[in-house]
Amino acid sequence: MTEDATMRGKTAIVGIGETTYYKRGQSPDPEFKLVLDAIQLAADDAGIDVREIDGFAAYSNDRNDPPRLATALGTRDLTFSNMFWGGGGGGGSGAVANAIAAVVAGYSKYVVVYRGLAQGQFGRFGQGAQIPLAPGAMAFTAPYGLLSPAQSFAMRIRRFMYEHGAEQSALRAISMASYRHAQSNPRAVMYGRELTEEMYDNSRMIVEPFHLFDCCQENDGAAALIVTSAERAKDMKQKPAWVLSAAQGSDYRQAATAHNAPDYATSNFKTLAPRLYGMAGVGPEDVDVLQSYENFTGGVLMSMVEHGFCEPDEVNDFFTLENFSAPDGKLPLNTSGGNLAECYMHGLELVHEAVRQVRGESTCQVPDVNVSMVTSGPMVQPVSNLILAADRGVDA
Amino acid sequence: MSAETRSYLPEGLPRPAPAVDGLGAEFWEAAKRHELVVQQCRACDGFQWGPEWICHQCHSYDLGYTKVSGRGIIYSWERVWHPVHPALREGTPYIVVLVELPDAGNVRMAGNLLGDRTQDVVIGAEVEAVFEDRDDGDEPYTLVQWRVVE
Repeated sequence: MTEDATMRGKTAIVGIGETTYYKRGQSPDPEFKLVLDAIQLAADDAGIDVREIDGFAAYSNDRNDPPRLATALGTRDLTFSNMFWGGGGGGGSGAVANAIAAVVAGYSKYVVVYRGLAQGQFGRFGQGAQIPLAPGAMAFTAPYGLLSPAQSFAMRIRRFMYEHGAEQSALRAISMASYRHAQSNPRAVMYGRELTEEMYDNSRMIVEPFHLFDCCQENDGAAALIVTSAERAKDMKQKPAWVLSAAQGSDYRQAATAHNAPDYATSNFKTLAPRLYGMAGVGPEDVDVLQSYENFTGGVLMSMVEHGFCEPDEVNDFFTLENFSAPDGKLPLNTSGGNLAECYMHGLELVHEAVRQVRGESTCQVPDVNVSMVTSGPMVQPVSNLILAADRGVDA
Repeated sequence: MSAETRSYLPEGLPRPAPAVDGLGAEFWEAAKRHELVVQQCRACDGFQWGPEWICHQCHSYDLGYTKVSGRGIIYSWERVWHPVHPALREGTPYIVVLVELPDAGNVRMAGNLLGDRTQDVVIGAEVEAVFEDRDDGDEPYTLVQWRVVE
């Protein structure tokens, strides 16, 4: 890779904003208004007039399209309107990557990455489709009661646990870390709701091997963040969260239907992780704090293995609450509470938390953070990931 | 392979249909005849599943459907406890298995594992296809289910 073909150190996240996070269906506001709020808060945080935002990037078929947002906000010159393909939270880092690309390519000055969800207005993810016909690929799963994301992904996790002897305690540690960290975070929907081992063990089964607490919440709210060039970022209101690298993609035939991905027991990060680390010039041993997308705990398990934090056959030893707890665990994980316990803002709240860790503003701050990493959307296609840092790491 | 007249899951789930462009129609027609077929490339003989309009190995568009034995191996499984669809409120727990077909290039198919819903499920166990005829929709259809080979 030539120096010109890298994004390393060329951009930063300079503003973050989010609405109040609600339980699903509880937002008093419509989804579009939530997104407008989040974007304005991100602009305030960055210290810019919201009209200076000229690019918009989203993911997961977000319903709030850039032309409408730009019109509502009075954007003078819309330069970039972008959607990261694919469902779930696979684009949480990928939309940031697309924003970075627009800035580096010279299309845009300030690109906002956003996600809004009002499930009372638009319906839930966790319900099976209530339709008379299951056409095409859906025909091979839905008539057998294989309908929801939890059901789809439990099958992959079961295979991984079988191949590597992973135990339920490894999944429990992921859930407990999120809930522990949420107890320090007043933004978290699960703030004030502690989770004990006993509560986890006694919680109802959703689909084996997932207990209730292995599954993400469903929430209402919106989040937004602003990406700009290194040149601008240096003199702005906030300490920049420098982008060292971002990657997106999918391994060989991962979207094969009827559960036919050749490599099945995977989070789909095996091809991305080397690209992410390679561009950043860091390795897993350099990561100070990790935000890893939890649609379901098992996805975190496989994501972390595929990013090199431990060997697949060592997960029962490595996946402990102690190792994942801020401030001084071996690898503090999901330090805002994440999708499980802060808010299921489709993983954009994880990017916000990675920025807060770089700034030193987390409610579960890890001391002296330099490298702050995010993995987005395990087991979907495509997935994405992101490395932020306090040190720009290249010559200014 | 055998047939089953009782329905494993209650009525009311979405019933199977080909894609809007017709892809997959041969599979559901064969199931009604109590035959298990898998898409196979006439140019390179490679199997693939689910069906696609092109062979992912040699890029031929000349694809057909080949009848296979219906014997398979459990590759993964899950027991569902939480009903995510109104039709399943009286239908849990139920078991879904992912089955590998050794005589079709190890492609996988999902279906229910018939029998005791609380049974221990063993990855690697041998299973056989069971055709479940259903008439709870606008027109009859047949699901491909699985049963452990004793």
